[in-house]
Amino acid sequence: MMPGRRFLLLLGAVAAGSVLSLQSHRINPYFLDVAVTVAINVILAVSLNLINGYTGQFSLGHAGFMAIGAYIAASTTMFWAPGLLPAASSPGFIGMAVFPAALLAGGLAAGLAGILVGAPSLRLKGDYLAIVTLGFGEIIRVIFRNLESVGGALGLNGIPACTNLFWTISMAALTIYAVTSMVHSTYGRGFTAVQDDEIAAEAIGINTTRYKITAFVVGAFFAGIAGGLYGHFKLSIDPRGFDFMKSIEIALMVILGGMGNTVGVIIAAILLTLLPELLRPVAEYRMMLYSFLLILLMLTCPQGLFQPRFFRRLLSPFLRGSAAPAEDPPRPA
Amino acid sequence: MNAPASPLLELRGCTIRFGGLTAVSGLDLAVGERELLGLIGPNGAGKTTVFNLITGVYRPAAGNIRFAGSSLAGLRPCQIASLGIARTFQNIRLFPSMTVFDNVRVAFHLHLLSGIAHALWRGRTFRAEEESIESRVMEMLEIFRLGRHRGAAAHSLPYGDQRRLEIVRALATRPRLLLLDEPAAGMNPSEKSELMRLIRFVQERYRIAVLLVEHDMHVVRGVCQRLVVLDYGVKLAEGVPEDVLRHPKVVAAYLGEQNTPRRAPAAPAES
Repeated sequence: MMPGRRFLLLLGAVAAGSVLSLQSHRINPYFLDVAVTVAINVILAVSLNLINGYTGQFSLGHAGFMAIGAYIAASTTMFWAPGLLPAASSPGFIGMAVFPAALLAGGLAAGLAGILVGAPSLRLKGDYLAIVTLGFGEIIRVIFRNLESVGGALGLNGIPACTNLFWTISMAALTIYAVTSMVHSTYGRGFTAVQDDEIAAEAIGINTTRYKITAFVVGAFFAGIAGGLYGHFKLSIDPRGFDFMKSIEIALMVILGGMGNTVGVIIAAILLTLLPELLRPVAEYRMMLYSFLLILLMLTCPQGLFQPRFFRRLLSPFLRGSAAPAEDPPRPA
Repeated sequence: MNAPASPLLELRGCTIRFGGLTAVSGLDLAVGERELLGLIGPNGAGKTTVFNLITGVYRPAAGNIRFAGSSLAGLRPCQIASLGIARTFQNIRLFPSMTVFDNVRVAFHLHLLSGIAHALWRGRTFRAEEESIESRVMEMLEIFRLGRHRGAAAHSLPYGDQRRLEIVRALATRPRLLLLDEPAAGMNPSEKSELMRLIRFVQERYRIAVLLVEHDMHVVRGVCQRLVVLDYGVKLAEGVPEDVLRHPKVVAAYLGEQNTPRRAPAAPAES
C-alpha cells in the first residue's frame, strides 16, 4: 500500500536520527546533551497535550508516568534481561535489542498506570482532577523512594548508556506521529468533542469514558517511553527527578504552546528546554528571569504562543496569491 | 388520531423526582415510526426532563422506556444514541472550538469501521472511509446551506445557523428518532417558517420520527401531526393539534383558570 505523507515524515525523521546518531562523535557533547533533552521534553509535552490539550482532562501527574517508565526500563536492562539471558549481556546486545524492549516495557507499565489515573477523571473535572493527578504523581515518587530494590532514596545508578540521538529522535517522531494521526481522524475528533461538551458528545454517541481513558493510556505510554530514554541518558535516576515540579514544567510547555496545538507545543518544549541553557551566563538571575519570562508570556499570550493564525499573518506577504487557508476563510457578515 | 399501535418509542408510567419536586409523573408517551409528535406545555412543565429521560441523561425513578422493541433502562447516553435516538439542546450545545465541518464529521463516529489502530496505520480502508465521510459531511452541509461556513469555528456562526448545524449534527448519527428541544427559540418569524419547512423536509427525506418540544404554537400547529400536552409533569391532553389546543384543561394551563375562553391558546410572547 501507499504510505501516507505523515508516515513518510516519520520515516524521514527516523532516518535523520540515525544519520545524526552515526555522526554524533563529531557533535559537541554539550549540544548532544541539549538535543537529547529537547527530544525527551518534546515527547513528554506532546503526549501530555493529548490528555490536557485535546481531551481537556487537566492532568498534573505526567512526571509519575515518566518515573514508572524510567524505573521499569532501567530494571529491564539492568536486572531482568541479564537475568533471563546471562549470555547476552554484552553492551552492544543490550543497546540494540534489550533497550527497545525495555522502552516498550516502560511505556506499557506507564500505560497501565494511565488506566488507574484515568479512572478518577471520569468523575472529576478541572481543578479537582489536577489535584488528584498531582497526588498520583507524588504517590509514585514516594513508592520508588521506598523501594529498596531500585535504590530507594539514593536512586538507581549504573544504568547502561543506551540512549542516543537515534532513539530519542525516532521516539519523538513516533510520538508526534501517533498523537497527530489519532487526533486528525474522524475517530480522533472525538477527543476534542469530549473537551468541548461532554453532554453533547454523549448525545451523538461518543463514549466519553472510553475516550478519556484512551487519552490517559496513550499519553502515559509515551511519557513512560520518555522516562526510559531519560534514565538511559542520565545513567542514574532518583525519585527527586520526577517530582511535581517536573509535571508542572511539562504542563507549562503545553499551556505555553497552546492547548491542543501540537506544533505550538513542540516549539514551546524546545524553547523551554533551551531557555534555561541560554540564560546560563547570567546564572544567578537565571531562574528569576525564567519566571519573569513565563509570567510575561502568560500575560501577553494566554492562548499559547503559537497560534496558526499568527504565523499565517506573519507569512501572508510571502503567501499572497495562494489559495485562502481552508481553516479560517473570511465569512460574510 | 390516537397513539400508534406499535410505537417506535414508548414511555410507560415514567416518573422522576428531584428532591421533593416530581418533575414528571407517571407519563405515558408513544412516538410512531416516522411520526411528527409535538410535546408542549407551559414553562417548567417537564418537557426537557422528558428528553433527558429518553436520552439517558436522567434515570426514571419508576416506569420504563422502550425504543424499537428494546428497553433503554440502564443504558448510557452514548449507547442510546447508537440505537438511533439523536437530539438537539434547548441552549445550543455545539462543539464550539471545532469547525462547522468537524462538528458534523465527529457525529459520523458512530458508524465508523476504523478505530484508533486504523487512524495510526492510515491504510487504504481508513483513507477510503475518511474520504467517504468527508463527502457525506459536505453533502449534508450543502443540503442545509452551511457549506460556505465549513471552515468557520462553530461558535462564530449566527444563531439560526447554529441551530441548523445542531440538527445536521444530530442527523449525521443516522437516527430513527430525532428529538428537537425548542428549535424555534429566539428565532424571528421568517426564520421560524424556514425552520418549519426544514423539520418537515428532514422528516420526509431521512424518513425518521421527530419529537418536538416547542413553545411557539404557530410552529407546533404547522409541523406536528399529533400533540401531547404536559403540565407539572402530568399529561393533560393528547390528540390532533386543533382538538388539543382547544381542550379546556390545556387552555387553562396556558391562560389560567377563568371562564372558558373560546380561542385556542395564543403563542407565548417571544423574548
